[in-house]
Order: sequence, then structure tokens, then C-alpha cells
Amino acid sequence: MNTITIALAGNPNSGKTTIFNKLTNAHQHVGNYPGVTVEIKEGLFKHRDHEIKVVDLPGTYSLTPYSPDEIVAKNFIVEEKPHLVVNIIDSSNLERNLYLTVQLKEMGIPLILVFNMSDEAQAKGYRFDIEKFSHFFNAPVVETIGHKGKGIEELKDVIIALCLKKNIHKDPDIIIINYGEELEEEIEKIKKIIEKHHTKDKLDSRWLAIKLLEGDNHIKDKLDFIEIHKQIEESISRIKRLTGEHPEIVIAEKRYGFISGLCQMAVQSTIEVRHTISDKIDRIMTNRIFGIPIFLGLMYLVFKLTFTLGEIPMGWIETFFKWLGDISGSLWSVNSESLLKSLIVDVIIGGVGNVLVFLPNILFLFFAISILEDSGYMARAAFIMDRFMNKIGLHGKSFIPMLIGFGCSVPAIMATRTLENRKDRLVTMLVIPLMSCGARLPIYTLIIPAFFPKHLFAPMLWTIYLIGIILAVLLAKILSITYFKGDATHFILELPPYRMPTLKGIFLHMWQRGWFYLKRAGTIIFAVSILLWLMSSFPDLPNEKKEYFENKRQTIELSTLSEKEKMEGLKSIDSEEKEQRLLNSISGKIGKIIEPIIKPMGFDWKIGTALIGAFAAKEVFVAQLGIVYSLGGSEDISESLRERLKKDYTPLIGFSIMLFCLISMPCMATVAITARESGSWSYAATQLLGLTLIGYIITSTVFQVCRFLGLGMM
Amino acid sequence: MRPMPLISVKEGSCVQIKRIDAGEGLTKRLTDIGLVPKAELIVISNPKNGPFIISIKGSRFVLGYGIAQKIIVT
Repeated sequence: MNTITIALAGNPNSGKTTIFNKLTNAHQHVGNYPGVTVEIKEGLFKHRDHEIKVVDLPGTYSLTPYSPDEIVAKNFIVEEKPHLVVNIIDSSNLERNLYLTVQLKEMGIPLILVFNMSDEAQAKGYRFDIEKFSHFFNAPVVETIGHKGKGIEELKDVIIALCLKKNIHKDPDIIIINYGEELEEEIEKIKKIIEKHHTKDKLDSRWLAIKLLEGDNHIKDKLDFIEIHKQIEESISRIKRLTGEHPEIVIAEKRYGFISGLCQMAVQSTIEVRHTISDKIDRIMTNRIFGIPIFLGLMYLVFKLTFTLGEIPMGWIETFFKWLGDISGSLWSVNSESLLKSLIVDVIIGGVGNVLVFLPNILFLFFAISILEDSGYMARAAFIMDRFMNKIGLHGKSFIPMLIGFGCSVPAIMATRTLENRKDRLVTMLVIPLMSCGARLPIYTLIIPAFFPKHLFAPMLWTIYLIGIILAVLLAKILSITYFKGDATHFILELPPYRMPTLKGIFLHMWQRGWFYLKRAGTIIFAVSILLWLMSSFPDLPNEKKEYFENKRQTIELSTLSEKEKMEGLKSIDSEEKEQRLLNSISGKIGKIIEPIIKPMGFDWKIGTALIGAFAAKEVFVAQLGIVYSLGGSEDISESLRERLKKDYTPLIGFSIMLFCLISMPCMATVAITARESGSWSYAATQLLGLTLIGYIITSTVFQVCRFLGLGMM
Repeated sequence: MRPMPLISVKEGSCVQIKRIDAGEGLTKRLTDIGLVPKAELIVISNPKNGPFIISIKGSRFVLGYGIAQKIIVT
């Protein structure tokens, strides 16, 4: 059994990931490559006694050194030297896709061309002379329909066959493209110098020469010889003089020219498609008058779907966790005050259950978004939103990540990858936490019914969401005027033809995003809940204090009060003791310490202890509040907790809590992913501190002003 | 046809790019999608107040007006 490593390269949207998934089934994970901020997925498959490691490179249009994706893709091939590269090509967009193919071929690495989406190519009326393509690129060609799995087995055969070929190494003498007299002359000169100095790597010297003329700094650093650098400079100026253009442009021109010529010879088009159905649909969808109403209508549908359809499975999950809590609780005797019982029933089952209850909502949201994306509508939406987005300093494409942010910030921040402009990307990442994600729902659904009458439930919820959106708009605008000003964004957006999304595709995309929310529940929230529970239970009350309370109880027992009064007396002693115990614990002490800081917002130390946990994950806030009010046993926590909250606090405070949680403290997972995607921890820290500070200022202001005006004091 | 900015081209016309008057970053992005000198493209839509859409090598793209002004075609 030999292990072979192959890489998958191709344009974004060429179906590369689908084929990757089909090849590796479930056996994949994210690879660890040093200094790489772009995600590289790795997978494995076995075929005929061979084990093949597949690396899914980021989707790129070419291999120039201008964007992180391209740099990573190219470097992987150069440094890690896979046995061969499988180039996934959207054959319904052949000419554009071949631009990358040509560059891969020039690298001299063994290639397999996969003409994917062959059903769509056929529908467009294209017929390919596979022989000619295979001959021109000196590579086997496999036709596939990725999402149907057609051609995958054949692809596996071809991969193995090519790997086993004796002389698998490149054929350095095949010149694919003639770059014209002026360039070819310079390429020869540079080639000679390279061959003189640099013999260790097996990289093709012609390819290196071309890369140097293109201005690839990574290659330039690799070939750090003064003679080479001098020659490059001379060559570039010479070419500029003779052709009037930078060699990079000439190279691109020639490549496209070659591709065009090849396609004229090897591609037949039987249908002249001028006005495809997509164009007709777009006349309505991006229409100046109808476009925006249609868009708003669709957005309304998306949210309606999320909140109403989600209720049904929500009920099931709620019931399930209640049942689970009851069963576990019954393992202890009825009125047992066991710490372990409280840990398992309240914290773990209750806490995690509280989070999972909202999973259906989030999945529905992602489901709807996937439909819009897979059908091709999202590109139109990005375009429609662009005018408005621009006014607030964002890009039309910022819209999609922000929409995802209503589900969970983690996949939302990952979705900012589609933004090519770094400034757009950073600003979008910064405001995404203001889109009330699923984690805040437990807080909202706890507080709103506690303080507001039934008919205000929905309006209050919408108000909170709206505040988040408005703040995001303001923040984006301010950032674009101050810190990030100047950068003009170029608007180039591809409009893929509308296509009928497959149910499989939709579910896959929905699940890929929903998974992040679920993972957080199973890991961070679980761990933090336990940690906080520990912090709130220890250290226990010193013995003298315990004795004090015992004495008080004795006194009541032995008194001459009625049964009822005795019960009440005992109850109040219990809660007094619990409060003391909490104050004595670590989290209680912390709560007391930060109390003066959070007082301007109307919060007390109890809310303070709950906020500690919220730093890691917002959902923990509710569980922690439950611990604070020491509600144990199988009572319906939410109901009792709401009653207690109503007793201790005013609607204004409730609103302040929601406001503060809306704006501040993006959860741990969000901060971590921001650091990873932006490539800088300082930026993530800015996000965390900035939002928290803004939240503090706004909440304090609102609280103080409203209190002064006597609003919401009940 | 005399060289003119892409933005002035009538809907339905097929034109060839003569040159691109843009900085490095934009030129590179346009190169990615096939917009290089001598490439041919079709203007799909050019309404007064709507998306400027082109078709190049079988794909459709919406271009910002600023960009369409920087591409000179014949």
C-alpha cells in the first residue's frame, strides 16, 4: 500500500468541493499547514490497494501572487509537491477555467483534467473534442457530473493509472504557449541563468522564468541571486519598451489567445445562446422597480420560515430535554440537594438543552440561505444590496455573511471570504456580531416574557433585532469614514445562471454551517457551563456560617408559628443561605468586584456573575442566572426564573440586559474565528474590546436617561 | 469602430478590448475573469439606471460603472 498525495485545483464554483466530497466521502479534515490562514481540507480514499490523500486547494482563477488563496494554492504545489494535480474545470465555462489549467500545466506537474458539469455544457450546446484537449495538455481528460457522482469511479482509475506510470515526471521540453518573440527571448535569457545557479529543486526553469517576469515575489525570494534579479529588471524594461505593456499583461493576453485558439479547434457550439432563460429571469429580478420589493419579500419569507416553522421541532427538543432532566433527576431522591444532581440536571442538561432548543431555527435559516445561494439568486441579491451597502461603507457581498450572522457568527465570519477587498472584509467581520445570533435568543426569550405583556412579545423581539441592524449600519459607516477610509471598492460580480438547487446540495450547505452552532454547544458551552458551576459552588460556606443558618432553622422549627408561616420562614432562610453561599463563591466574589462598574447599566452583582459566563458564550448567561437564583429540582426553570427576575428587577433593567448582550462581548468562538480569518489577534481583540465598550456606553446611557425620564420602571 | 469606454457601448454589441486604464489591483482582477486586451465580450445589459452586465467567455458579470469606464474597447 503506497500513499499517494494529490491536489485538487480549480475555479471557485467549478464543483471542486463536490468532487472532493465524493472522492473522500466522510474521511476528511482541515489540514495543518504552517503560516496558512486559508483553510485547506484533506481527505483520504482507498482504491485498488492504493491509499490516496486528497488535498482540496482553495478555489482560484489563476496562480498569480495577489490574493492569499492563490498564494496558498501555488505554494502548496511548489512546496508539498503532490504526485499530481487534478484540475476541476467547469466545462460549461471552459475558456475561463482553462486560464488556470494553462498555468498549472506550465508548472510541469502531472495533470488530470476533469471536465466537470458536463451536463450543463451539453445543455449549452457544447461538444468537446476530448482527444485534442488531452493531446494539447498532455494530460488525461475525464468528463464528470460532480453532483450526480458520474465519472468519479473513472476519475479514481485515471488517478491511479497516472501515478503508476513510469515516467510520471514532467516533460520539460513541451512548450505550451509561445509568448511571442520579445518575451521568448527574455525567457531564454532568464532560464539560462536559473539553470546555472539553481539545480536542487525539480521546478521547471521555464516556468520559473515566466513567474519572475510576472513579478512573483515568492519565486523571486526563492531565487535570491543578484544575477537573476538584475536580468529580470532588464528583461521587464525591455519588454515594456518593445511591446508597450508590462510582461504580465502580455503573458495574460497570450494565454487567453492560446485558449481561444484551442477552443475554436476543439469545441463545437450547436446552440447559439444569446438570451438564456437566466437573462429573462434577471429582467425581473434585478429590475429597477421590482428588484428591491422582490428582494425584501424574499427576506421576509426567509425570516418567517425561520421563526414559525422552527417552532415545531423546537417543541420536540424542549420536551426531550425536559424528559431527560426528569429521568436523570429521578436517580436522586426527591428533595435531594446534591451538588452533582444540580450539575447534571440544571447545568448540563438544562444548559445545553437550552441552547439546542434553538438549533431548528438556525437550521431553517441556513436552509433558506442555501436555497437562495444554490439557485444563484444570492449574486443578484448582492448586486441589489450593493448600492445601499456602499452608502454605509460596505460591499454588496457583505450582505450574505451578515445574513448568516443571524444564525451564528462563526460561519458568517467565514463567509466573508468572498469579499476580495480586505477593508470590506474587516469591517464586515467587525459588525457581524451585531446581527443577533442564535446565542442571544435564550436571553431574549427569557427576558421579554418576564417583563413585557404578551402583545409586546413579537414587537420587542423585532425591536431588538432592528437595533442590532441599525447599530451595525452606523458602526460600518463610522468605520468607513474614519479608520478605513479611502479604499475604493471595485464592483465585479459574477452572475451564474440560475439553476435548480438539489435537495442534497441544500442540506449539505445548511449542515456545513449549522455544524458550527452545534459544535459550540457540545464543546464551549458544555465546558464553560461546568466551569461556571464550579466557580459558583466553591468555595462553600465556612462552617460557622452554616451553623448560623442551622440555628435559625432550629429556631423556626421550635417556634409557635403556624405550619404555613414555618414553611415560609424556612424558605426565606434557604434563599438567604443560598445567596450567602453564592457571594462566598468565586463567581460571586467576581460579581461583587465588577458590581460598581456595571451599576450604571442598572446591573447588580448577581447579573454580574451571569455576565462572566456570557463572555465565553452568550447562552451560558441564562443558565448562570438560573444558578444564581438557585433553582434546583425538576421545576420549570424558565417560569420560576422569570418570576424571580420580575420580582427583583424592572423592565428597564431587563431591556438593558438585552441591549448589553446584543452589543457586547462577542463570544469566544467568534473572537477566535475573527483572529483566524483576519490573520491578526489584535484585530480580534479590537472587535472584542470595541464592541464591549460601545455596548457599555450605549447601555449605560439608555439606562440612565430612561430612568431619569421614568420609563420602564414599572 | 473608434475606441470608446465600455460604458458607452450599446446593449447587444460584441466588442474587443483595446486597453484597460486601471491600476495594478483592478487590472489583475479583470485579468482573472478574462478581460484582457484583444479579448472579445458582449454587452448584455446597459440600462440608464440598472446593472451593467457583460458576457465574456460564456460567463456573465455585473461591472461597476467606474470599471466600465476604464475599459476601452473597439
